[in-house]
Amino acid sequence: MTDGPPPGTPSPDLPEPLPDGTATHPSSAPLAIHDMTVAYHRRPVLWDIDYDAPPGQLTAIVGPNGSGKTTLIKAAVDLVPRASGDVRFFGSAYHKVRHRVGYVPQRGSVDWDFPVNALDVVAMGLYKQIGWLRPVTRRYRDKAMHYLERVGMADYAKRQISQLSGGQQQRVFLARALSQQADVYLMDEPFVGVDAATERAIVIILQELREAGKAALVVHHDLQTVPEYFDHVLLLNMRLVATGPITEVFTPENLRATYGGKLALLDQVGHRMTLNQGRS
Amino acid sequence: MLASTDILTASFSSLIDGWFELDTWIVVTAALAAMACAIPGSFLVLRRQSMMGDALTHTVLPGIVAAFLLSHHLKSSGWIPVDPDDPHKAYDATTYTFMFIGALLTGVLTAILTEWVRRRGAVENSAALGVVYTSLFAIGLLTIRLAADSVHIDPDCVLYGNLESVWDGNQTPRAAWISGGCLFVNIALASCFFKELRISTFDPALATTLGIHATLIDYALMAVTAATAVAAFESVGNILVIAMLIVPAATAHLLTDRLWVMLILSTIIAAVSAALGHVMAISLPPMLMAPFAEHPLLSGVPVESLDASTSGMMAASAGAMFVAALLLAPRHGLFVRIGHRFRLAIRISAEDLLATLYRQDESSRDPTVFNGRPTLVQRFATWLLRRQRLVGDSSGRLELTEPGRHAARKLIRAHRLWESYMARHFDVPADHLHETAHKVEHFLDPELRDRLAQELDTPDTDPHGREIPED
Ligand SMILES: Nc1ncnc2c1ncn2[C@@H]1O[C@H](COP(=O)(O)OP(=O)(O)OP(=O)(O)O)[C@@H](O)[C@H]1O
Ligand SMILES: [Mg+2]
Repeated sequence: MTDGPPPGTPSPDLPEPLPDGTATHPSSAPLAIHDMTVAYHRRPVLWDIDYDAPPGQLTAIVGPNGSGKTTLIKAAVDLVPRASGDVRFFGSAYHKVRHRVGYVPQRGSVDWDFPVNALDVVAMGLYKQIGWLRPVTRRYRDKAMHYLERVGMADYAKRQISQLSGGQQQRVFLARALSQQADVYLMDEPFVGVDAATERAIVIILQELREAGKAALVVHHDLQTVPEYFDHVLLLNMRLVATGPITEVFTPENLRATYGGKLALLDQVGHRMTLNQGRS
Repeated sequence: MLASTDILTASFSSLIDGWFELDTWIVVTAALAAMACAIPGSFLVLRRQSMMGDALTHTVLPGIVAAFLLSHHLKSSGWIPVDPDDPHKAYDATTYTFMFIGALLTGVLTAILTEWVRRRGAVENSAALGVVYTSLFAIGLLTIRLAADSVHIDPDCVLYGNLESVWDGNQTPRAAWISGGCLFVNIALASCFFKELRISTFDPALATTLGIHATLIDYALMAVTAATAVAAFESVGNILVIAMLIVPAATAHLLTDRLWVMLILSTIIAAVSAALGHVMAISLPPMLMAPFAEHPLLSGVPVESLDASTSGMMAASAGAMFVAALLLAPRHGLFVRIGHRFRLAIRISAEDLLATLYRQDESSRDPTVFNGRPTLVQRFATWLLRRQRLVGDSSGRLELTEPGRHAARKLIRAHRLWESYMARHFDVPADHLHETAHKVEHFLDPELRDRLAQELDTPDTDPHGREIPED
């Protein structure tokens, strides 16, 4: 597996300066995070993240529970406000390139009793394409069906989503992300609660994405399979512990640093800060 | 509109004594209002914001009062023209427009304030709503009190409506026009923004990442809910508005798995409960009170003239339809689940009977089919097996027929395979095997039986040394 072209290749549409006048980000990496800090109720959970995602590669985001993996993804796509720092996708602010970014949320995040079937859910990925005020026509339903087929779920198209198993639900979400035809995918734990067959199916889809030149950042909990499925890794524990090709950074020392005692310390500091600022 | 209400009046009055054109107008107005409410209500229910409907119908009060006072003030200082026919009329078209806009603005304000309290206070949605709801409602009541000296506002009218006096005897009532217009607008909005409403209700995060502003849609929905509530208030009253926002939608949610079906169903349920409610309001009290016609408390009151609050009855019949759906719904309904449970009990009992008969044949033991008196389920199971000709009677006792023996073989095979499997893989004493196998035997289909057999290298006998029959 070779690395993609070096970041910073000149692109025709140069990134515009940020509103606050700080320097433009030189990189046109699929995702470039610069000096990002994120806090919930003034309590920082991510500190000073600096990260450039390599293009055309599969990157695993690895870290213990509560280390801020979900927060990192959500802050990147503006679902959680950033306390400071800057995020760029392909050199542009997120709101300018939404259509190039596909986000697969953690599975628990929706109401499964909602009256929609699998096909409806996949078609949601096409809403941007369809545009305002237009109905989901036959053409788009066929398209959605095509993506359901790709994840092996065509037979379940008409099932209400609560009647799908956990792994099937995950596949539907994946099909929805694929239907967005993005250039970079952010996936939050797509492998959780799926059986070996679904895991295989997801891995194949990830590899197809890579072959199509797309990048994916995937939150992954199973350390065993990280080297097998991914090219790059981002080790996270409230701060960036290490990042780079698997062969270089996926080492026992780095893992120990990620899963070791650091969380407790940073957490304590964060907690202090909350207490002190509590009533300001 | 008039021609169709004539037909309605004719058909209703042929069914119900004492049905007049007024009754038709009451039903039409209430049905239109209820249908208008059901549409935004469906989305509130799906967003688990049912309380919002309740809250909005109260929090708009200060907006209505403020707008009323403003229009009153503007009129008296000559900024806007007064009605030339009746310069002292408090409620004219301008005032209504003002009140409507006032309600709309407070509706959106409620949504914004609630979101703000939720964020700042780090409390859950319903707590934040509780804070905003009570404060705004209190402010509304206060303003009414303070303003009571200068102008006359009737809080009763705002809160309870006056459906009974909806029609003046000549033309299509204003309230019907307003409710109908509101319904039309809501249908138009729901069909135009169906996609956007669906995605921002189902998955606001995805909506936002697709560039559909979920928060904006949230506020728009609140504005529409507030506007609908206000439009419906005046005629059908607050209580019915709250009921019609939530109950038909919740009922429809039980009955279908498709959003658009749910929207259509909820409006139908709303209309039906409006009609049913009024029919009950005029026909129930005379029926219930007829036995007491001679009672001294009723002296001088003809029983036929008794009636109940139409709004109340409409809300009650919506509630009754909800309960009916709860019991009868095809997938989630209580009866269906009880039915499933009952059918399962019958099947298990029947299968147990088959297995028992098979074992008796095998060991040519004395025929005691049931321990003691058979239960109702067991008797029903026996009846069923006889009917399916799986068992028959010979010389006064039950016996397996050939198809019955075939069915029993499968069960015994499942039972004994499972015992062998358990004995091989778990550390279970031999005398404990039977119990679990007895439960599991009913749930092993042919495929599972074959897989078990394969895994155990197609055994001939079970751990107790008894033969495992072929399928
Ligand atoms: N909405 C929220 N409000 C307050 N704190 C939050 C919120 N969401 C997350 N946190 C806190 O932020 C930290 C990071 O959470 P996050 O969900 O990003 O972790 P994660 O790495 O995705 O964990 P997991 O592996 O369990 O999914 C945790 O300490 C968590 O308690
Ligand atoms: Mg997470």
